[in-house]
Amino acid sequence: MGKIQLTQVRKSFGEVDVIPGIDLSIEDGEFVVFVGPSGCGKSTLLRLIAGLEDTSSGTIAIDGKDATHLPPAKRGLAMVFQSYALYPHMSVRKNIAFPLKMAGMSEAEQAARVERAAKVLNLTSYLDRRPGQLSGGQRQRVAIGRAIVREPSAFLFDEPLSNLDAALRVGMRQEITELHQSLKTTMIYVTHDQVEAMTMADKIVVLNAGRVEQVGSPLELYHRPQNLFVAGFIGSPKMNFIEGAEAAKHGAATIGVRPEHLDIVAGGPWQGTVGLTEHLGSDTYLKVTLDSGEGVTVRAPGEVAVRHGDRVALAPQAAKIHRFGADGKALA
Amino acid sequence: MSTQSTRLAARLMVAPSVFVLFIWMIVPLAMTLYFSFRFYRLLTPERSGWVGLTHYTWFLNSPDFWLALFNTLALVGGVLVITVILGVLIALLIDQPVKGQGMLRILVIAPFFVMPPVAASIWENLFMHPQNGLFSAIARGFGAQPILFLENYPLMSVIGIVSWEWLPFATLIFLTALQSLSSEQLEAAEMDGASPLNRFRYIILPHLTRAITVVILIQTIFLLGIFGEIFTTTQGGPGSASTTLPYMIFKQAIVAKDIGRAAAGGIIAVILANIVAYFLMRGIGRHLDN
Repeated sequence: MGKIQLTQVRKSFGEVDVIPGIDLSIEDGEFVVFVGPSGCGKSTLLRLIAGLEDTSSGTIAIDGKDATHLPPAKRGLAMVFQSYALYPHMSVRKNIAFPLKMAGMSEAEQAARVERAAKVLNLTSYLDRRPGQLSGGQRQRVAIGRAIVREPSAFLFDEPLSNLDAALRVGMRQEITELHQSLKTTMIYVTHDQVEAMTMADKIVVLNAGRVEQVGSPLELYHRPQNLFVAGFIGSPKMNFIEGAEAAKHGAATIGVRPEHLDIVAGGPWQGTVGLTEHLGSDTYLKVTLDSGEGVTVRAPGEVAVRHGDRVALAPQAAKIHRFGADGKALA
Repeated sequence: MSTQSTRLAARLMVAPSVFVLFIWMIVPLAMTLYFSFRFYRLLTPERSGWVGLTHYTWFLNSPDFWLALFNTLALVGGVLVITVILGVLIALLIDQPVKGQGMLRILVIAPFFVMPPVAASIWENLFMHPQNGLFSAIARGFGAQPILFLENYPLMSVIGIVSWEWLPFATLIFLTALQSLSSEQLEAAEMDGASPLNRFRYIILPHLTRAITVVILIQTIFLLGIFGEIFTTTQGGPGSASTTLPYMIFKQAIVAKDIGRAAAGGIIAVILANIVAYFLMRGIGRHLDN
């Protein structure tokens, strides 16, 4: 139930290879997040799995069966769209029941399933409203409801939270994670937001220009990025990259240090001038211009009494320095 | 924009146009009403005197009137059914991505630019003509007798011609409505297991209801007054087989030169139009709201 295997999946639109060839396996019950900058092919990959786009070559197997040329409805997957794609002329009840109706299920069974889904998603009192009368978060829940009633073997989410405001997004993020805990169904989730990826995923797939840069658990990606792209993409604020003589001292073309792994120590090896400071209460972010001319970000815990123009000395935590070769790959 | 003074200002500024429109409507209506109770025949010397409801009873007692009433409603209904059904189908067809889409759309819309008497003449002489028409040529090609469209099926022929003229309008409205349907909705329905037919029935058709309502309302207004096509082709005949209410009024006013009687017919036509409008708005008007 819900194991998806991609083998050399390739997608091209005319001359352009959007996805040059991806191998990926998604285990049953996993929460997999596809993350990457916009235009990296993550949504296309999701649509290939859904069957909404034809694969140019390669195979997609769902539960061990070749599904490459199956129509979307036959793949047993459910999808939540970015715009929710609710049917505006149908009530919430009819929206949620629509896939069941299309499957030819009996009225009684439909009603029972809709009730159950509505209870899980706190939609019971909205069942007779139209989507137009609901708030963004409620529409999102209806879209999820429409997906879960079918009891699919996997859920596909295409940037489902990007239309919500920040507070609601955090709430829905937790709801979706909890839903995954209770349903234990495979979920594939596409986002460009690395915070969503880090907080929700069992396994993150970092995509860039249609290629898989790295696959791993959130902390694996955080602690052991395999290349410059992943190192720079995962983590907030971004990892600092330093090239040149300083990197050469560590025997690398580029070294990377996360802002939280730079300490302000009197007599530290890196001297610089403080530029912008951001006081968040729990942390202070400092933009420091090193004397070598490179700018780095420092994340200091708590409140730090430095001001624009102050001189500071920084020391990277030796064990937390990431070394990268000239080809951008991490050095062991 | 809702303080007391702005609202008053808005009313004051709208007032002149409302006044002009009111005069514009009420004067012809009042005059028609006035003449409908008068004896006013252009071919007789004395044109005065009240006749009461005589003109109205003449219409109601004339078998031609009931036939004309039926013909009017049949014309409107027939054209509506044909243009809505074919319009939806053609709109679905030309919404598909094909080469030369722009050219195709212009071709589809072209008939709307042909003026009614010209369109009617083209159909009468190039398609339906028993000797020279395309249809008769086709019929003869199959060894059959040419169909005498305007003689044997006058009303249906007129319905056909008018449908041809109005089909582009309906198609155009439906096409724009189709293009505003989000593709994600169709994809969601596809994921939900809806077959193409079910996608049409449950997603596309409900999305089109407002456009269909607009087409029905607008076309009804224009179709109730169809005249040129009948005048050009059948002249209301044979007999009165294709006479509609407007054509009957025309016959009273211009052929018989009986202004009083024609005015009474005009008032009846106004009442008919209002009855039709009432039932239309009650039946489908709610689709215009959200």
